[in-house]
Amino acid sequence: MELILDTIETVIKPGLGPEILHFKDDQEAILQSQRGNRQAFGFLVKKYMQRAYYTALGLVGSHDSAVDLSQEAFIRAFRSIKKFQAGKNFFTWYYRILRNLCFNHLRDRARHARPFSEIREEELESITDSDGATGAVIERNETQRLVWEALESLKEQEREIIILKDMQDLSYKEIAEVFDCPVGTVMSRLFTARQALKAKLERLYS
Amino acid sequence: MMINDDQERFHILLMGAVDDELDADERKEFARLLAQYPGFVKEFEDYKRLKEATKAMRFKNPPAELWDSYWLNIYNRLERGFGWILLSLGSIILLTFAGVEFFRALVFDSSLPVVVKIGIFCLIGGLAVLLVSVVRERWFVYKSDPYKEIKR
Repeated sequence: MELILDTIETVIKPGLGPEILHFKDDQEAILQSQRGNRQAFGFLVKKYMQRAYYTALGLVGSHDSAVDLSQEAFIRAFRSIKKFQAGKNFFTWYYRILRNLCFNHLRDRARHARPFSEIREEELESITDSDGATGAVIERNETQRLVWEALESLKEQEREIIILKDMQDLSYKEIAEVFDCPVGTVMSRLFTARQALKAKLERLYS
Repeated sequence: MMINDDQERFHILLMGAVDDELDADERKEFARLLAQYPGFVKEFEDYKRLKEATKAMRFKNPPAELWDSYWLNIYNRLERGFGWILLSLGSIILLTFAGVEFFRALVFDSSLPVVVKIGIFCLIGGLAVLLVSVVRERWFVYKSDPYKEIKR
């Protein structure tokens, strides 16, 4: 009921639109969001939207799906923000929602889609593109193409942990929080994933 | 046996070394293992190169407008979500009420011949069956359409 009243108030009260409130840290914004303040939640969305989008893109491999799934995850996060425990990391909590959505999405599309391969040509960019050295760009692009091909062929969970570590720069502690496991397990899973990636790459190179 | 234990430990520490997440004691332990087993040095170099290759991956930036409208879309979806819930709830209540009233009026209307009543029930029943069938068919087609994400 409180939620409905808040919605009605937000819709009819002038000045209470999608503007974003600013906070000095996440905890304050989370506290306000838990009281149903959507503008406070906007602060968190703005802060993490790029990270969320790129993580989803890494997992599902299509721009449209990444936008849609990352936004849907934010919506679900807002709806269950009251369950969020103070002092925890918001992104790792949000990421759990996002990864469930992404994996469900992948399972739904598994029979007839080749989502991850779309990335290679359309959405993958070499950081050496700006180097200006054509040879180096081509060489690096070829390397990256192979790395993506190898990544694509990994198991979802193996790909995920590599993306979290190497592309999203999450620390072991943060990854451990996401998977709800000890740091040692993260290191061990990462080794398994990288070992598989290395083996695939060696096969591709040969 | 010792080499196996060391190898297992090395592989765990190897990840920490590649990602620069080892503490001082682990760093010492890792250095000791590298010194003890020269074969580990090559493996360390291989994984460092692998990390460089994956770290070099970057996605192309989406159009800048995406970030401008990102929060607005979420905000609108949140707001409309509640709107749809209220609308659906209201519709269900009203339609159920109307259905019950219609049914009662039809059954208890003694001025209507029985044949007409049967005709109306058949008509409504037929429409309901057709509607459910079409909706179900569309649903199955949507779920298994391999081209649904292709923009026509």
